[in-house]
Amino acid sequence: MIKHLKILEFALSSLWRRKFKNLGLIVVFSLIIFTLSSIVFLTYSFKREAVAVLKDAPELIVQRLSAGRHEMMPVEYMKKIKDIPGVGKIVPRLWGYYYDISTGGNYTVMALREGLQDKISLMEGSFVVGSGSCVVGRGVADARFLDIGSIMPLIGADGKVRRFRVAGIFTDESNLLTNDLVIIGEKDFREVFRIPQSIATDIVVQIYNPTEVDNIARKIKEALPDTRPITRREILRTYDTLFDWRSGMVLTMFLGAILAFVILAWDKATGLSAEERHEIAILKAIGWETSDVMELKFWEGFIISSLSFLTGLIGGYLHIYFFGASIFSPALKGWSVIFPEFRLVPYINIYQIAVLLFFTVIPYMAATIVPSWKAAITDPDVVMRG
Amino acid sequence: MILHPGIIALLVGSLIVLALLLYGSVLAVVILRRWDIKSSSEFQLGLERKTYLVSTIMSFVLGFEVLAIFLFIYTVDDLHRQFVGAMCATGSLNANPVGWYVLYVKMLLFFISSLWIGINYVDQRTEGFPLVRFKYGMLLLVAPLVLVDVYLQSRYFLGLTPDIITSCCGALFSKEGGGLSSSLSSLPVRPMRYIFFTVLGLYVLAGLISLKRQKGIFRGLMGIFSVIVFLISLASIISFVSLYFYEIPTHHCPFDILQGYYNYIGYPLYGALFSGTAFGLLTGFTEILKKLFPSLEKINRYQRKWTILSILFMVIFTLISLYPMLFSSFTLEGY
Repeated sequence: MIKHLKILEFALSSLWRRKFKNLGLIVVFSLIIFTLSSIVFLTYSFKREAVAVLKDAPELIVQRLSAGRHEMMPVEYMKKIKDIPGVGKIVPRLWGYYYDISTGGNYTVMALREGLQDKISLMEGSFVVGSGSCVVGRGVADARFLDIGSIMPLIGADGKVRRFRVAGIFTDESNLLTNDLVIIGEKDFREVFRIPQSIATDIVVQIYNPTEVDNIARKIKEALPDTRPITRREILRTYDTLFDWRSGMVLTMFLGAILAFVILAWDKATGLSAEERHEIAILKAIGWETSDVMELKFWEGFIISSLSFLTGLIGGYLHIYFFGASIFSPALKGWSVIFPEFRLVPYINIYQIAVLLFFTVIPYMAATIVPSWKAAITDPDVVMRG
Repeated sequence: MILHPGIIALLVGSLIVLALLLYGSVLAVVILRRWDIKSSSEFQLGLERKTYLVSTIMSFVLGFEVLAIFLFIYTVDDLHRQFVGAMCATGSLNANPVGWYVLYVKMLLFFISSLWIGINYVDQRTEGFPLVRFKYGMLLLVAPLVLVDVYLQSRYFLGLTPDIITSCCGALFSKEGGGLSSSLSSLPVRPMRYIFFTVLGLYVLAGLISLKRQKGIFRGLMGIFSVIVFLISLASIISFVSLYFYEIPTHHCPFDILQGYYNYIGYPLYGALFSGTAFGLLTGFTEILKKLFPSLEKINRYQRKWTILSILFMVIFTLISLYPMLFSSFTLEGY
């Protein structure tokens, strides 16, 4: 045991003697790990964010399809769904998108329905949406310079401008959900978008037993063949696949960088200076075995990779959670005129670290095995004479 | 194919390791054919030097395999969210049944790898390297196995498409289903419990006796016993140990205990079982080698160490599986 520690000590001091040669390698290695760890951290945080946001989403949403496209839903469909055992409350939803010419942003406009207040309670002002008033998200308020009491105009389907007084603004905490949201009363909504009383955008179905969701979704599909039931699990799964796919894409693109690094590491390890060869020769002459020299080389690699790994990992962590992932988020997040600003919740687990290790340290170690063996079998006799 | 970071890491790592291993195998073939310890030719000297390279490559490869089995199982477990109806690793494995073979091959590789590392360890510390031929012969068996592993693993991951409706552990490991997994689940709890603890107790006893008396027979017994303990433990985990962790009398899944919801207890549980078995196997296997190569007398010292480690890991395994039986309010008396 003590022998291994002594070799480790020797490795540390020999690295220190050649700090500048090794520093280059450590910097490049750290940068690679920084990049990869940023991607992995960012993906995981997005996934968690999606889970957190969808936690309060309805178990089941039923939409109507016509010719494969989303259609408005006749309210009478609700009766048929109501008859299915296990179904709780059924609420029709009215929502849509509104393109605002003056700001160039898309808003999500939603009609107030019962239960909505309990779900999004974070706000300043009051959540009273009567006729002619509205509640807007922070992003909308900022884009249109709205304050409580200001007027928010919406151009209706008939071309007439309708004015809504802002009764409340959602706070930053619910940003991800409410940033581009405008909530108006149901009657106003139908007027603005010219939607008759008999139809809704889609239907939210409450289900008593969460394990029955898939079953009930199937039954709805059978009873109403032109509908598309969407379960919360399905949405979550889609997000999961999407973010995995995106991060996998980016990681695959970086494989080239890893390869370049491996070649660099190989090159550094192969190109021993005359001084280093001399050193190994002397070590062997004073009784070091080939396996001892290989262990020395192993420790050197170990120190370099752990140092770079920690530096890169901490750098990636800071980049994502303190500097808001400024470099990579455009590739992984998506974009929009009114885009929520959100702080990612720090999340790190052993699995992420293991994946990063597989991506970086294992190729590095593999690249240095043969060169370090070549160094270790140096014949003292030949080197010292020549 | 799913572009999951874990999948890419596994595939990339496996390819690197395979390339190294093929290189090592080429060297091994040369060593096998031309090895002559008595010769003092330059060629033999070169071969002796190459053994260092091959050992290092092999330790790297096999160390990788040990890590890879955990990464694989975690990745598979992590993937389950992308399949309809899957709730843990079982679902993801069923999504493309090749996955089960990957798991079996990886388990086999784990044990062969640890045997190889142990034998190499002994060989390098024995004068004259008596085990060189044996070692490199074994290496030529490992290489195709790794090749199979890489092939199956790629086929598994490439063949995965989300949205396949898979049956989950609830269906596979329930008493009603057919096949091996459900017959394991329906093993009666009470006799199974006796068998489990008896076998573990006997194993530890055999280990202790072999420590006390320097008789080879007990060490050999440990090797055989470790395999039996391993199989019975796996069956018991499915049959009743897992139930105590879930506190549900009908849920027999061997993978759910790996999830964060159960505090990842599965990792130390399986880790201890696999390590204990590997050290037991090593003790028994080297006992046979001792009969074949008389110059391996010094091996006793290492066997002692391995026996102690094996007992230690098995005790840890027993304690972890015992813990919920003793300290949770859940009982299986009615079953």
